[in-house]
Amino acid sequence: MNRYLLPAAIFAGLVAVLFIGIQRSPTKDVISSPLIDKPAPVFELPVLGAEENFSNASLAGSWYLLNVWGTWCPECRNEHDMLLEIARSDRLPIVGLNWKDDDMAALAWLIELGDPYIVNAADREGRVAIDWGVYGAPETFLIDDQGIVRYKHVGALNPAVWQREFLPRLPPLQSELQP
Amino acid sequence: MIVESGHFMLVLALLAACYQSVLGLVGPALQRSSWIESVRPAVYAQFVFVSLSLAVLISAFVQNDFSVLYVASNSNSALPLLYRVSAVWGAHEGSLLLWAWILVGWTLAVALLSKGLPAAFLARVLGVLGLISVGFLLFTLATSNPFERLLPAPPDGRDLNPLLQDPALAAHPPMLYAGYVGLAVAFAFACAAMIEGRLDQAWARWTRPWTSIAWAFLTVGIALGSWWAYYELGWGGYWFWDPVENASFMPWLVATALIHSLAVTESRGLFKSWTLLLAILAFSLSLLGTFLVRSGVLVSVHSFAADPARGFFILVFLVLVIGSAFALYAWRAPLLKSNSGFEFTSRESFLLFNNILLVVAAAAVFAGTMAPLISDALGLGTLSVGRQFFDPVFLLPTLPLIALASVGIHSSWRKSRLSERRAAILVTLAVALLIAVILLLAAWEGPKLLTPIGLIVGIWLMLSALVDPIDRWRRGLSLGRATIGMALAHAALGLFVISVTAVESYTRERDLALAVGESGTVGEFEYRLDALKMLEGPNYDALRADVTVFENGRQISLLHPEKRNYWVQRQMMTEAGIDMQWSRDVFAALGEDLGAGRWSVRAQVRPLINYVWLAALLMAIGAVIAATDRRYRRKDSVE
Repeated sequence: MNRYLLPAAIFAGLVAVLFIGIQRSPTKDVISSPLIDKPAPVFELPVLGAEENFSNASLAGSWYLLNVWGTWCPECRNEHDMLLEIARSDRLPIVGLNWKDDDMAALAWLIELGDPYIVNAADREGRVAIDWGVYGAPETFLIDDQGIVRYKHVGALNPAVWQREFLPRLPPLQSELQP
Repeated sequence: MIVESGHFMLVLALLAACYQSVLGLVGPALQRSSWIESVRPAVYAQFVFVSLSLAVLISAFVQNDFSVLYVASNSNSALPLLYRVSAVWGAHEGSLLLWAWILVGWTLAVALLSKGLPAAFLARVLGVLGLISVGFLLFTLATSNPFERLLPAPPDGRDLNPLLQDPALAAHPPMLYAGYVGLAVAFAFACAAMIEGRLDQAWARWTRPWTSIAWAFLTVGIALGSWWAYYELGWGGYWFWDPVENASFMPWLVATALIHSLAVTESRGLFKSWTLLLAILAFSLSLLGTFLVRSGVLVSVHSFAADPARGFFILVFLVLVIGSAFALYAWRAPLLKSNSGFEFTSRESFLLFNNILLVVAAAAVFAGTMAPLISDALGLGTLSVGRQFFDPVFLLPTLPLIALASVGIHSSWRKSRLSERRAAILVTLAVALLIAVILLLAAWEGPKLLTPIGLIVGIWLMLSALVDPIDRWRRGLSLGRATIGMALAHAALGLFVISVTAVESYTRERDLALAVGESGTVGEFEYRLDALKMLEGPNYDALRADVTVFENGRQISLLHPEKRNYWVQRQMMTEAGIDMQWSRDVFAALGEDLGAGRWSVRAQVRPLINYVWLAALLMAIGAVIAATDRRYRRKDSVE
């Protein structure tokens, strides 16, 4: 082979890799979680804006999303509309893990943008986030009725991700089961 | 309306760039001299349009026009003026516009300063640069328009990321882009030479100063980024093999090889196809760096704009630009054979080794940076590559490189004449050994293999670089700028090696938990937390600590590390307290509140660390001096 063709050939191989790289939803799944198909870590944290505690153990028997967010995270603002839409669709409850944030700022954010969460746990020091292996906000975990982590998405949710990654993993709706 | 005119200017600039590239490439092919002559005015027009567009965006920031989405997302009325301007390139859209402006700036410089070039060749160079402009302007207009409106306008903006509110970071992107984009000039020269199928020594003489200047910008840009990471991120070091750092370092390594290979092509007419390949590679790696940073394919602190649509666009652009350049290379490079030979220890062979080692180093960095991506793309799972890989693999080619440089500096073109210079080589080596031994005796730290090796090769290179110029100067002989610049850059590289060795070998660092009045020790240093107080800045409030540092009981520094809370983005930022002394940095950063009045304090003492950045700056100055040598400033036409 002509040795002057070599750079072009190497470059073609690289392009193939990069192309696959952006096909596989960039940034996002680069860090897959060791928690997948394992039981979700149980936590108990203060409820944001209330004098009580919340534990995810209380959600045993039901599917839910755990969404890690903070007011300091610009991408979280981008995905907020998607969260509201998921909440409106009533497919499953969303638990917020408000990560290393200021309580007042977080409450103001929810008033300003709307509140898609059934409850928000305030992880002020970020200890629970460490248990869950949170890499950066936003991240969203899908937990099934057995308390098993089924999927984790790093980065902002959007309709495409929701359609492609989350919906196929969810249990069918009651209405879909009936003929 | 003014904002819309900025958008419109960008469209006009795109038209000018299309004109510039089509006439610049087709004109010479059809030998239409009127077409060739009209390329230069198109460059002027494109420059005016992009400049106006950038000016519009800057004025929108300065005037706090939050009806512009990009301004509202990245600025705030409480932001100081300097950062309102630098916020222009604080995120993706504005960075691209800045990139396009710098590119057309370089193009303008080529058009104005290369009057001695044959008209057809210059038209081709400008045509290739125009094509790159078309790509970037299209990219900006299609996926990343900075002039998009946000209506109704919010009362205030979301503020610039506090991390970016820093003078070094205001200057880092323009410098880095000037370097990246400057390599486009060498790339365009290479493409033009391949299109003409002719590459002579004059070609290398035209290309070389542009490459050196671009390299100088790139060097300063990388150094500024590294310095910023040191004192602003509180990472406490100068290099972390972060993917985005690597993305800027790979083109630097290849551009360094290119400068040296151009020297051979210029002086001896050798290495022609190799020089072409390096010119293509250097710019390709700049583009690849942009792709990696902008597409979010790699995860890093820098990946602030991840958008698959953008990633796809850049990838297509990458394929068009680099792919066609490599295709051109495969077709044309075989025509450019060089025939004369050289002896084994001539300067040519040393520069050949230099090139091989630099490219191997770049390939190592490339492999480490891309491995996680490739492993993921092939479905082999997530892989992370860190210091454990990069440190040894990078040193493997670079340590011999630096040792060889100390010998190679004394070699001469074509002939093996090293034996005549044996005295200079051996004396510098002996002196380096002696100094290293004295230094090691003064500060022995237990066995670390690389400490003596680093000191010896660093000092040796410094001495070797300086011995000839100083000798000539003492004897009253003339010194050309090329010689002075080269000596300075190589001596600076020696200084760089010495300071890196010192930092890696003699750093003291420890995380202390201190309450007010308490102190903790780090080696022979003692850190005492004297007070904690609140204070208020223009757009943040801060907790500031007073820390006194003692060395063997004697007070050496008063530090004021801060933890800042920026109001708008509600982000906590660490502002390290650093006392820069001539021989070391005494460093303290405030960490987390540990409760019960105790704070974690990151205490570090790093010897010679500032010389790492000083050395980079000196290298860049050396390159600029060499690039302004008399033989590059001659105006005569070369045909």
